Order: sequence, then structure tokens, then C-alpha cells
Amino acid sequence: MSVLVIAEHDNAELKPATLTTVTAAGEIDPSVAILVAGFDCHAVAESATKIAGVAQILVCDDARYQHQLAEDVAALVVAVAGEFSHILAPASTFGKNLIPRVGAMLDVSPISDIVSIESSDTFVRPVYAGNAMATVKSSDDKKLITARATAFAAAATTGGSASVSELQPVDGSGGRSRFVGQELTQSERPELTNARVVVSGGRGLGSAENFKLLEQLADQLDAAVGASRAAVDAGYVPNDYQVGQTGKVVAPELYIAIGISGAIQHLAGMKDSKVIVAINKDEEAPIFQVADYGLVADLFDVLPKLSAALEK
Amino acid sequence: MKILVAIKRVVDYNVKVRVKKDESGVETANVKMSMNPFDEIAVEEAVRLQEAGQTEELIIVSIGVKQCQETIRTALAMGADRGILVETEDQLEPLAIAKILREIINKESPDLVIMGKQAIDDDSNQTGQLLAGILGWPQGTFASKLEFSDQRVAVTREVDGGLETLSLALPAVITVDLRLNEPRYVKLPNIMKAKKKPLETIGLGEFGLDLSPRVTTLKVAPPPERGGGVRVESVEELVDKLKNEAKVI
Ligand SMILES: Cc1cc2nc3c(=O)[nH]c(=O)nc-3n(C[C@H](O)[C@H](O)[C@H](O)COP(=O)(O)OP(=O)(O)OC[C@H]3O[C@@H](n4cnc5c(N)ncnc54)[C@H](O)[C@@H]3O)c2cc1C
Ligand SMILES: Nc1ncnc2c1ncn2[C@@H]1O[C@H](COP(=O)(O)O)[C@@H](O)[C@H]1O
Repeated sequence: MSVLVIAEHDNAELKPATLTTVTAAGEIDPSVAILVAGFDCHAVAESATKIAGVAQILVCDDARYQHQLAEDVAALVVAVAGEFSHILAPASTFGKNLIPRVGAMLDVSPISDIVSIESSDTFVRPVYAGNAMATVKSSDDKKLITARATAFAAAATTGGSASVSELQPVDGSGGRSRFVGQELTQSERPELTNARVVVSGGRGLGSAENFKLLEQLADQLDAAVGASRAAVDAGYVPNDYQVGQTGKVVAPELYIAIGISGAIQHLAGMKDSKVIVAINKDEEAPIFQVADYGLVADLFDVLPKLSAALEK
Repeated sequence: MKILVAIKRVVDYNVKVRVKKDESGVETANVKMSMNPFDEIAVEEAVRLQEAGQTEELIIVSIGVKQCQETIRTALAMGADRGILVETEDQLEPLAIAKILREIINKESPDLVIMGKQAIDDDSNQTGQLLAGILGWPQGTFASKLEFSDQRVAVTREVDGGLETLSLALPAVITVDLRLNEPRYVKLPNIMKAKKKPLETIGLGEFGLDLSPRVTTLKVAPPPERGGGVRVESVEELVDKLKNEAKVI
């Protein structure tokens, strides 16, 4: 038996979380296969064959997988599930949408958002916004798992030479679920979940206009921009900037929190960052409890000075 | 349209939970409990559809201990018509919850099921997808906008790259995200009115389901602590520390 990873991709490129999921899969069993379901996705399948430690690529290239609706991809996963002991996907909106649906079809209880692997049936996952770590053991004969990207290293994108098999498409949603459109956030900056540096802003920024000050700093540091829920709800930035329990989980080398109070729900998404900087005018703000470097000051004073200091 | 909303009673989101000394779980004795915040958003959306004349009946279901009645009463005070409590002391996993919900759905035949995207205690983010899969219904997860027409619903979803819109044939399962709406405060007269609305209690045993756990929790430990940090006095000091001490810029 081997382990199957469901690739997350946009028909052109693999998403980085696929690589971290491959590492998690390899810790369970060194024989790893990847399923690429998409449309016009040859380039993705091709790059998947080169991932270190991957033996086999299953490709299903068909128009119905263009937008990878859960209903369609789940039916395909079920069709190939037989030969695999574990099926993993990234704990992203893609994986979270898909894996439980597969679970329902196979009558398996999925395990969400694992951060470490104790054995082939025992895993550790955060609960209560990361305020507790649960060690859980599955008695299902197949394991369905989503893996947290920040908890595993990325597999190397070179060195592998996996074989490729083509799969026939499978009936899934039958048109009851249809793709209508998407509005993806365009950005030249690194991807939030994968950036070496993240600069995040909260309600303290006060407006979308003021967020530009923070974006300038991000550009100087080649950083991704994140936000608290309050900043997203207020419309300063798009929803996909949200870091936290119910947004994205990040763990960069450097996380700079500006005008963010540090609610538990926010900390859940960033407290595993290597170095945390907090800039807040309230010295009691809980964010200082997790910060390696805290600066109690008005962000509107600090941001221009910080940008100037980095120019030097 | 007949709508069913599933709500969970959880430790209030303002509580910072503590792990029990024997590592068997988290301390829930004498801790404030509330409706899962996402489920409040689910109830609010259903109530708004009802107020817009798009709903004939709005049913609330919760599975859990007797005190879930209070949580259901809150949803009834927000505007739902009637409630069903499936009473059990067992800690059930999302797959079991989905199987119980299927039984209720088979009996009630709703056109739409709305749930939270995630329970903030177990953080599973599974139950809606499991239910949709069991029923073979379309699923619209992480919804930030719903629009109904011609027996279909257009669901705008909050995905990692931005927003995505799907069109789903009814019946369907929707799970809601934070930006869908802002739940109302319940007013006292509505709380009084809610006391008279029907609330049926069903014992879990009546379904005759095999819900033996597939996933067991061996241990619940506190998360790793971060070492204490330092305060810096100026931007210059901060930049110096980041460059020369932490070496991250
Ligand atoms: C179900 C649920 C899920 C949630 N999920 C998330 C999540 O995933 N992510 C998330 O972030 N939140 C989440 N939240 C919300 C969370 O509880 C907090 O409300 C939110 O994180 C607060 O955002 P904030 O820190 O930007 O705002 P606030 O708490 O209002 O803090 C603003 C901070 O800015 C500081 N400030 C103001 N002006 C200045 C200035 N000029 N200079 C310096 N500092 C200044 C203030 O001192 C304050 O500390 C969730 C809540 C719920 C109920
Ligand atoms: N015990 C329960 N009773 C009713 N609904 C539930 C229960 N558990 C979970 N749900 C629903 O499923 C959603 C997702 O929960 P979860 O999959 O546990 O994160 C919640 O927001 C609720 O809408």
C-alpha cells in the first residue's frame, strides 16, 4: 500500500502546499503517489514527476476538473482510493473542501490539519484555536488527512523521476454544481502562506488608504501582506489576507504585526512564526506576549521611520 | 423553501481554554458556553431569507447535552420557527454528527441546509462537507454571499486566492464564513416569544445508528510556549536587533 497526495494547483503550477503535503506523506510511508486532477494540466503533471521521493503520478486531464469542484474531484479520488492506505491533501480551502467529502463517500472519519505524525495511525492536531494540541488515533482502515503547510518542510522540486499514468474521468456532480466565476487577488508579492517575511496590519491602520504605508514596508522586505479579521471585515484588504484560526496559518522567519491587538483567534494563525515583532500603541496589548521584539509606539510614527531605516 | 440550520454549543470564543492536568482534554467546567459563532451567522442568514419571504419554515437542530436547549432557544429568539435537540452525553466526531443530521434531513426534507464552516472547539471544518457527501448533495463551503433563483443558489466562497462563485442545484448544503452577515442581537421580547416555540427532544438511541468512534483522542497537551521577548525603545533599536541579533533582515 502507498500514500496518495492530492495535488493543489491552478492547471499551470503546483501550489507550494502540495510540496509540504508530500513531505508529510513520506513520513507515513516512503512510497508516495500524487493525483493531478485538472484541465490542460500537463505542465503540472510534468513538474510533479520531478518532486523528490514521489514514485507515481496519476493524471486526469478533463474539462470537468478545470475548477476542481469537490463533487467531481471527490468522485475521482474515491475511484482510485482502493490501493492507498492514506490519502492526504493540504489543509487549505481546497483540501478542507475536498477531503471530508471523500470521507463521506468512503465512510471514513477524516483528520484535519495535522501538524505532526506519531505513527501511521496517530497524529497531532491543534484544537481550540491552537490552545491545545490533541494526539488522535484513527481506527479506520484508510486514513484521510489534511496537513498544515507550515508544519512540514517542502519536498525538493528536483531529483524525482516518477512514472505517469492517465486516469479516465468519473461522473461527479453531473452539473448540479457548476463553476460561475472567480475574483482572485492579484499581487506581485510572495504568497502569504509561503513568504519568508509577513507584514500584517489590523484595525489600528484605520483605512484601506493607510494600509498602503504597510504595503510599502512589505515591498522593501520582499514580504507578503497579511491582516487581522477586523481589518478584513472593515474592508481595508481582501478576505484572503486574513491570518488566524479561521483564516490562513503562517509561520514565516519574520512576522511583523502592526496595529493588531493579538486576539487568540489571530495568534492561532501566526504564533509559530520564528521571530515576531509587534508594533502597538497599547502596551497592554496581548500581542506583546508572543512578540520577540515589542515596540510600544504609534504606528503612524513608526512606519515612515522604519521604511527610512531600511532604505539605508 | 424549507431551511434547516445545524448549530453547535461550544466554549465561548472569548474564553482561553486550559488543558486539564491529566491531559485528558480541556477544562470545560464553569466555562461560558455559547452558540458556535459561525452557526450564529448561519442562523442569521436563514432568518433574513425568511424575512425576505423566501422561506416557509426554518428548523434548528443541535446535537449534544441537555443544555443545548438554551442554544436552540437563542436561535428561536433570532427568528427560527422550531427546534430539534438530539440529546446525548457522548462526544461525537463530525462523521457521526453528519450521520445523525442525515436522519433528521430524511424526515424533514429541507431544500437547504446551512451550517458553520467550522466549530471553534474541535476546529475540524468537516461536518458540512461530510453531510453533503453522505446525501450526495452539492456543497457550497465558506460562503460569503448567497443568491437564490430557479431552484439554484449562487454561492460566493472565500477561498485561499480570493473569491469563487459556484451555482448549486437545490437541495444543497452551505457552510458559512465570517463575511456573510453580522448576526443580530436578540431582543428581550423575542426571547420571551421563543420560549413558546416548539422544541422537540429526541434521544440519540432512537436512531439506532452505529456511531462508535473512529478517531479517539489519546492525549490533549498544552501548545509549546514561546520564550519571553524584549521591548525595544526605538525604530533604530528594532532594526538593529532584526539585523544583528535575529538576523532576519
Ligand atoms: C469565530 C471567530 C473567528 C475569528 N477568526 C479570526 C481570524 O482568523 N483572524 C483574526 O485576526 N481574527 C479573528 N477573529 C477576530 C478576533 O477575535 C479579533 O476581533 C480580531 O483579531 C481583532 O483584530 P485587530 O487586532 O485588528 O483589532 P483590535 O482588537 O481592535 O486591535 C487594534 C489594535 O490596534 C492598536 N492601535 C490602534 N491605533 C494604533 C496606532 N495608531 N498605532 C499603533 N497601534 C494602534 C490598538 O492598540 C489595538 O491593540 C475571529 C473571531 C471570531 C468570533
Ligand atoms: N453537535 C452538533 N450539533 C449541531 N451541529 C453541529 C454539531 N457539530 C457540528 N455541527 C455543525 O457543523 C459545523 C462544522 O463543525 P466542525 O466540522 O466540527 O468544524 C458547525 O459549525 C455546525 O454548524
